[in-house]
Amino acid sequence: MEIVIGLTAIAVALLIGLGALGVGIGMGLLGGRFLEGAARQPELAPMLQTKMFIVVALLDAVAMIGVGIALFFAFANPFIGQLQAAQAAAGG
Amino acid sequence: MAAEAGHGPLTSGDYIAHHLQNLQACKAETGEWVMNIGHNAADICSGNPMAINVDSMFWSVLLGLVFVVSFRGVAKKASTGKPSKFQALVEIIVEFVDGSVKDTFHGKSRLIAPLGLTIFVWVFLMNLMDLIPVDWIPMVAGAAGITYMKVVPSTDVNVTFGMSIAVFFLIIFYTIKNKGVIGFIKEMTLHPIAPPTKGFGLIAAPLIIAFNFVLESVALIAKPISLSLRLFGNMFAGELIFILIALLGVYQLPLHFGWAVFHILIITLQAFIFMMLTIVYLSLASETH
Repeated sequence: MEIVIGLTAIAVALLIGLGALGVGIGMGLLGGRFLEGAARQPELAPMLQTKMFIVVALLDAVAMIGVGIALFFAFANPFIGQLQAAQAAAGG
Repeated sequence: MAAEAGHGPLTSGDYIAHHLQNLQACKAETGEWVMNIGHNAADICSGNPMAINVDSMFWSVLLGLVFVVSFRGVAKKASTGKPSKFQALVEIIVEFVDGSVKDTFHGKSRLIAPLGLTIFVWVFLMNLMDLIPVDWIPMVAGAAGITYMKVVPSTDVNVTFGMSIAVFFLIIFYTIKNKGVIGFIKEMTLHPIAPPTKGFGLIAAPLIIAFNFVLESVALIAKPISLSLRLFGNMFAGELIFILIALLGVYQLPLHFGWAVFHILIITLQAFIFMMLTIVYLSLASETH
């Protein structure tokens, strides 16, 4: 049981952390390119900003799905129920 | 954090689980409809595939009605001479959606702009419910005997998948309407690698068609799934962080404020993205070169 709970905690941390890592690098690149583009042609800045927000939300999507799954495992871990059922079946 | 009426002192885990539980109604084995209020256990409907999340249904329909009634009221009383402030707000929103559709949608359809407006305002209103302090509405509902209530419909997977599956059917409908069934099948089997049609390479054509089909099916199915899970993940994570901050006692106030201000951006962005991606997908489905 402790192994299951401990490994679940590590899995949750990896899910959130690696997702955040990827999104951080991606957004950094995106923001940098946007600022370069806005500096070269300031009149395009509003249009570029709209498109930047669209790409931000697309980047966020997979990271957020990872966060959702991680929080599900943190608070409603299905493995614990399975383990308890297996233990009850073996012990009873 | 404070002991809720009728519950006694709760552990943190209980508080979180209480706030993440939907008000559900389902048909028990006896054939009668039960809800998980009163003496029934919280998970009386868990595992039942036909369970209905009554709270999500109620709040999403209510917010849809708020949108339709208020916008229609403004449209009927619209005056060019002396617009009221609410009419000005509605005009800003409608012009914004209209501009987005004009920029992105390259086909001809009378459905797209109203669809975009509905999606944007409805998703925005549903997300806006997340800014109401976590305990207020559930406490009022608890006093009325309803034990569990989640007020943010977009934190319910069923709601977001309902919307994205509707968009998915619209994508297929528009593809078939603008390109025909043959065009739809051609699009699925002849992109992205055009199979050779004469000479020696003809042997490889079925393999390439199968490969194309797998790739295009995955891309097609990924559209509604990513659309709904993006909204769900963002809203669920936001709501959960609100609940976790609420566990901190008096220190929750500055943290709540900071997170709520950030969440305002997330709410608007997610509604805008749902609308933009719907318009983009429908534009891709309607392009006839």
